[in-house]
Amino acid sequence: MSLQKVKVFSRFERFWHWTQALLIVTLLFSGAGIHGFHQLVDFETMVWFHVISALDLMVLWTFAIFWHLTTGNWRHYMPTSNGLFKVLRYYAWGIFLGEDHPYRKRFWHKHNPLQALSYLALKLVLFPLLWLTGLAYLLYGFWGQGALTSGSLEWIATLHTIGAYAMAVFIIIHVYLLTTGHSTIEHIKPMITGYDEVDLSEAEEEYLEQDEPGRIIKDK
Amino acid sequence: MLKLSMAFSSVLNRKYLILCYLLFNLIPPLALAASMAAVEGGNTELGINEYDITAKKRPVDKSVVILGEKAEDTSTTDHSKLKELQGPFSSGPEVTKACLSCHNKAGHQFIKNKHWTWKVHIDKTGQDLGKSVLVNNFCTNAAGNEGMCAQCHAGYGMTDARTYDFKNEDNIDCLVCHESTGTYYKLPPSPGNKACAVMFEGKPKIDLTKVAQSVTLPGRSNCGACHFYGGGGDNVKHGDLSSVLFEPPKSVDVHMGVDGENFSCVICHVGEGHEWSGSRYEPIAKDTIGQGKPGLARQTATCESCHGLQPHPGNLMGLKLNDHTDRVACQTCHIPEYATGGVATKTHWDWRTAGKLKNGEGYREEGYIQGNGEPRHTYKSIKGNFKYGENLKPMYVWFNGTERYLTVHDKFDPAKPVEINHLEGSPDDPNSRIWPFKRMETIQPYDKGNNTLVYMHLWGNDPDAFWGNYDFARAIKHGMDDFQLPYSGDFNFVKTYSYWPVTHMVAPKEKALACKECHSKDGRLKDLEGMYIPGRDTNPWVEKIGIFAVLATLLGVLVHGLIRILFSRRRKAS
Repeated sequence: MSLQKVKVFSRFERFWHWTQALLIVTLLFSGAGIHGFHQLVDFETMVWFHVISALDLMVLWTFAIFWHLTTGNWRHYMPTSNGLFKVLRYYAWGIFLGEDHPYRKRFWHKHNPLQALSYLALKLVLFPLLWLTGLAYLLYGFWGQGALTSGSLEWIATLHTIGAYAMAVFIIIHVYLLTTGHSTIEHIKPMITGYDEVDLSEAEEEYLEQDEPGRIIKDK
Repeated sequence: MLKLSMAFSSVLNRKYLILCYLLFNLIPPLALAASMAAVEGGNTELGINEYDITAKKRPVDKSVVILGEKAEDTSTTDHSKLKELQGPFSSGPEVTKACLSCHNKAGHQFIKNKHWTWKVHIDKTGQDLGKSVLVNNFCTNAAGNEGMCAQCHAGYGMTDARTYDFKNEDNIDCLVCHESTGTYYKLPPSPGNKACAVMFEGKPKIDLTKVAQSVTLPGRSNCGACHFYGGGGDNVKHGDLSSVLFEPPKSVDVHMGVDGENFSCVICHVGEGHEWSGSRYEPIAKDTIGQGKPGLARQTATCESCHGLQPHPGNLMGLKLNDHTDRVACQTCHIPEYATGGVATKTHWDWRTAGKLKNGEGYREEGYIQGNGEPRHTYKSIKGNFKYGENLKPMYVWFNGTERYLTVHDKFDPAKPVEINHLEGSPDDPNSRIWPFKRMETIQPYDKGNNTLVYMHLWGNDPDAFWGNYDFARAIKHGMDDFQLPYSGDFNFVKTYSYWPVTHMVAPKEKALACKECHSKDGRLKDLEGMYIPGRDTNPWVEKIGIFAVLATLLGVLVHGLIRILFSRRRKAS
C-alpha cells in the first residue's frame, strides 16, 4: 500500500457537488424568506428562485442517481462500522492533540466511515424528505379543490421545514469540517482539481498506471 | 346658502326648517349640489337648505354598453323618429305607456324586478328581504319612509310600499334607467314637512319628449344616479361605488376607466328580460363554471364569467396564482383599496348625538375634506355623527355567498355588537372563499325591552317625524306602530355592523396585492384562522427545536474550533 495522488472526483462529480451547493444555498436563503425569517427579497421573487432551484436540483439529481448506479460509485457510500469508532474518537479527542486523521482514503472508499454514513443518510433520508414534501407543496393545485387550506398542507409544510433545519445543520458541520486537517484549502482542493491522496494497493496502482494513467500522478 | 336659509326662517316655522336640509341626497344633481355647496372654511352651518343648485345636469357618459361595438352602430331603432315618442307628454306614466305600447312584454318583466318590488326572497335562508322590509345601519329603514326613500324606486309615486299598486305597469319609470340626456331627475314622492318645499322649488321642467326620444341601454350615469349615492350621499354606503365612477380614470377602475375599457355597469351586470346579474343579497362567492362553453353567454356578473377559472398566465407565477383561485376571491387581491379616486365613504355613524340644535335650529358640521378637496359633513342634527375613510384596506372574511340578515323581528344580545348581515363561510367549507368587505359600524336605536331593531319614522308631515321634531321616542313609536310591530316603549342604542362586499374599483393589475401582503406575519390575513399560510404560520415546536438545533450546531463547531486552537497553541508553546 502506498499513498498516491489519484483523481477521485470525476468532472461530473465536481460539477454535481458545486451546482448542488449553490442550489442548496439558494434554496435555504429563499426558503427562509418564504418562511418569514427575512424580507430581503420580494416574496414572489423568492418563490420563483425557490421553485426554479428545486426543479434544477431535481434534474441534477436524476443525472446523479443515474451516474451513481451506472458507474458503481454508490459503493463509496456503503456504511461500515469498520474504523467508525476511530474517526469518532479522532473528532472528539485526537484532533485536539494534533493526531493525524485515522482514515486513509482508499480507491473504492474515498469517504471515511463517518462521512459515508452521513452522506448516505443525507441521500436516502433528508433529500427525499425535502423533495417529496417540496413537490407535494408545489403541486397542491393538483390535489383538488380547497387543497390550499386543507390541513394536509400544514403537515407537508411542517415536514418540509424540519428538513430545511436539518439541511442547515448539515451545512454548518460540513463547512466546519473543511477547517480540520492540514488546511482548509487542502480540503477544498480535491473537489476542485479532482485529485486527492489515496492509499492504493499495488494492484490498484498497477491498474491505474496501465489503464488510466491520467488518474494518477506519480512523483517524478 | 345662508341667505336663503335665513330668508326661509323668516317665513317658516323653525322646526320645519331644521327638518329637511340634507336628507337623502340620492339624486346626483342634489348630491352634486350638496358637495358643490361647500361652506367656505366653515365648520358649522345653521339651517337646512343646501339644495340651492338643484338644476345641475346629471353627467352624461359615453360609456361602452355593448362589448366590441358602439350601441348606435348595432341598434335597429332610432327612437327619436318613432311616432309614439313625438309627445307631448305631460307626465312620466304617459311616456311609460308609449314605451309599453311597443315593448309590450317589458312591463310584465320589470314588475318582477327588485328595482320595482323592493322585495326579494332568498331560497337558501328562507328570508324575505329587500328595501321594503330591511333595517340597515345608515338611515335605518325605508319602510314607512318611502316618501323620501322611494326617490330611488324605479317607479312613479310610491309613497307607501304597502298600498302601492305593484301591478300597475304604467307607473314603471323607464326613463330613469334608459334616458341619456342627463336632464331627467326624480324627486321624493311625498313632500315631507312643509319646509322641505324648498327642495322641490326652482327645478327646471323636464322636456319629457326629448328625454323619451333619448332612450338607450343604461349608461353609468343611469345606474350611478341611485347606486353611487346609497345611504344618503356620495359613496356613503358601499365604499366601492362613488361618483368617481361616472368618469373614472383607469387607475381607479380598470374596467370602467375612461382612458381604458370605459365599460358601463351593464357590461358586467349582464341580463335579459329586465332581470340582470349581480346581487348583494346572494352574491356568487365562488364561480365554478367560469367562461362556460363556447358561444354560451353566461348571465352572471362574476369576474370568472369573462376571465375564466384560471385567469393568470401559464408561467410559474401564474400557475401559483391560479392555485389560489379556489380559495381566494379575485377581488381580494385585485382591489387593494376601496373608496379610491377622491370620494370618501362613511365608516362610522353614531345616531346618539342626533337632534342637537343651535339657536333652536338644526345644523351640520363639516369636519372632513376628502381627496378631491370637497368637504363632508361629520355631524348633522338629523342623523348624528359620522366618520369617513378613503383608500381603505378591506376586511377579509371567509364567505360562501350566504348572508343571514337581522330583520326587525329578530332578537339579539345587545351586549355584543349586532351583525345586520351575518356572513356565512369558513375555511372548511369548500364553497367559501376569502372575500374583501367594507364594515360599517353604527350606533343606532333599538328596542331595549324586546332586544330588536326598530323602524324609525323619519320623513313625514306630522309631529312624530324625526327629521323635524328630533324626538327618538316618538319617531320609534310611530315607526313600530305603523307596522303593528311589538315595541316595549323603551329604546336605547346598540352597536351594529353591516358588511358590504368590495367588488368594484378593480385596480389595474400592476396594483394587485403583492404576495407579502398576506404571506407575512403581520399581513392583511393575520386574523384569519383555520388555514396554513406560508410566511405567516409556523409550527411553534418545529421552530423552537429547529432554531435550537441550528444554534447548538453553530455553538458546537465554534467550541470545537476554539479548543483546537487552544490545544494547538499549547502544543506549539511546549
